[in-house]
Amino acid sequence: MEIHEYQAKALLADYGVAIPDGGLAYSPEQAAYRALEIGGEQWVVKAQIHSGARGKAGGIRVCGDEREVAEAAEEMLGKRLVTQQTGERGKGVYRLYVEAAVAAESEVYLGFVLGRSAERVMIVASAAGGADIEEIVAEDPDSIVRVNVEPAVGLAAFEAREIAFAVGLDPSLVPQAVQLLTSCYRAIIDLDATMLEINPLAVTADGRLLALDAKMIFDDNALFRHQDVSELRDKSQEDPRERTAVDRGLSYVGLDGDIGCIINGAGLAMATMDMIKHAGGEPANFLDIGGGASPERVLKAFRLVLSDDNVKAVLVNIFAGINRCDWVAEGVVQALEQLDVPVPVVVRLSGTNVEEGRRILADADVGVITADSLAEAGTKAVQSVAGRAA
Amino acid sequence: MSIVIDETTPVVVQGITGRIATFHTEDMAAYGTNVVAGVTPGRGGTKHCGIDVFDTMKQAVAATEATASIIFVPPPFAADAIMEAADAGIEYCVCITEGIPVQDMIRVKRYLRRYLHAKRMCLIGPNCAGVISPGRALLGIMPSHIYERGPVGIVSRSGTLGYEAASQLSAEGIGVSTSVGIGGDPINGSSFLDHLKRFENDRETEAVVMIGEIGGLQEAEAAVYARDHMHKPVVGYIAGLTAPKGRTMGHAGAIVSTVGESAAEKVQILRDCGVTIVKLPSDFGRIVPKVLRR
Repeated sequence: MEIHEYQAKALLADYGVAIPDGGLAYSPEQAAYRALEIGGEQWVVKAQIHSGARGKAGGIRVCGDEREVAEAAEEMLGKRLVTQQTGERGKGVYRLYVEAAVAAESEVYLGFVLGRSAERVMIVASAAGGADIEEIVAEDPDSIVRVNVEPAVGLAAFEAREIAFAVGLDPSLVPQAVQLLTSCYRAIIDLDATMLEINPLAVTADGRLLALDAKMIFDDNALFRHQDVSELRDKSQEDPRERTAVDRGLSYVGLDGDIGCIINGAGLAMATMDMIKHAGGEPANFLDIGGGASPERVLKAFRLVLSDDNVKAVLVNIFAGINRCDWVAEGVVQALEQLDVPVPVVVRLSGTNVEEGRRILADADVGVITADSLAEAGTKAVQSVAGRAA
Repeated sequence: MSIVIDETTPVVVQGITGRIATFHTEDMAAYGTNVVAGVTPGRGGTKHCGIDVFDTMKQAVAATEATASIIFVPPPFAADAIMEAADAGIEYCVCITEGIPVQDMIRVKRYLRRYLHAKRMCLIGPNCAGVISPGRALLGIMPSHIYERGPVGIVSRSGTLGYEAASQLSAEGIGVSTSVGIGGDPINGSSFLDHLKRFENDRETEAVVMIGEIGGLQEAEAAVYARDHMHKPVVGYIAGLTAPKGRTMGHAGAIVSTVGESAAEKVQILRDCGVTIVKLPSDFGRIVPKVLRR
């Protein structure tokens, strides 16, 4: 689960990470008032959306007086911001964060990620702060330092010092950096975060380290033990169909094609998408209905897939282990009887109770196109879009 | 021969009194698996599905000399169950549970390293289909009827793709020595590499099918081992050629976040290491017989 910049900063501030003065605003008036409260001569108005690269997309504006702050807020609020990371639809801006502008002498990149190979939290740092990590990897790979943290011990002070020196901090700032790194690591462990990025971390003229931006991602599987973090979820930032899927216990990723997919198992779902592509089609979505799927869950999956207007055919591909083909077949029949399904439906069933499942489909006579193998399923789905299937 | 389990392996079911565990315990026992005990804290001294239930793994192992276990414990408690199995001296532990927090898995992996490599428990999963040695024993949730006994080892992240491969082989009259599902989590127990080693040393296995997907670098690591140390042919498939970057595709671990994690990159690495590539998931039944005939 992602959260907003202002939320990540508030969490980190609780752990002792220094951040600039700032406040949240839902209207231009509030934004101007926030600027007054914060004081100073320059402010940054920042659109709060779940995406990086906001600056290049016009989501971050430096302002010199309250009127400018209000104008920037007026322009951003209610708009959809399209960044390099959001896709074409962009993300809605409903909250702004107004912050005291900070003159940075230098900027550091600081990231904490899950190192899959090392099976530890890995700290990634670079003196080339401000740029995103992909750019740094491409352009200045030698500037990157990596440290894997031993989970039983936690981040040792010497490791934090090594990072601080490696990114070129003045020795007088190293104790501050050690404290900052230790705080961040504690936050990650306490809150079950899978990713934390402070980019840039500013070094100010008066010798302070300030987190100018912050991003955190949390482990969905650990939210059960973090009610406080769960409350930070902002559904306005999620794709509506993916949000619905999560709420219905389905795993869905929207794509650009026109063949809707209803599949059990993540691996088989990806493989079926590859199959469709090979047969000359494009999948409209990834959808895993999971194990033990009831007819109701299959029906919900149909609703979800058909809510995408691009869908011109639906492919149901089930290899039942803990699932049951008869239940899936019943779900397909219910969907075709209860929903308006204006597109051809191709069904391939295999595994547990397959004979019963096929019989249910045949008896119901709801006009599905059946396929006996994965290859046939892919081909028939693609043909059905072109209106050529038998 | 087979790897991990056969009909003699004594098995404990952890969390045996749960609904799903009950179903699969009966299924495994019916298949011929030697299920000797169950564990549910607080239910010790009772029987479930005709099997003795114990409060702790240590008690279960002391009473039955079980060497393998399978976990059907809900995600908040599953990591603890894995560590309890290791502490009780279990050799092979299959964890079916999906949704274990990643930091719990970091702790589990660190915990397992308390033991010398030779005595370290082999964890299979979590979030996996388990293990089947067809005709001998089932320590998992696979639909066992699709498997025939034979010369091909299967190791797969995905459960359903493992079924898909096995059923295509069965249709060609080719059986399986053992099929292992290693699970779709970003941090898992045993890797592709661990099981390639086992298959290389297994006399019954003549070829290995490795079914990977986007995310992580385990397939590449295994391919290098196959190139440098294996005498048996390896056939590989990687799911997710059409998966967009940066999106999690169902499995928590199925996400392309860094160099080398995309399907195209992995296919290239496997090919460079001499692994026979199955381009399409419908082609296991076409490619594997050719490799076996060589």
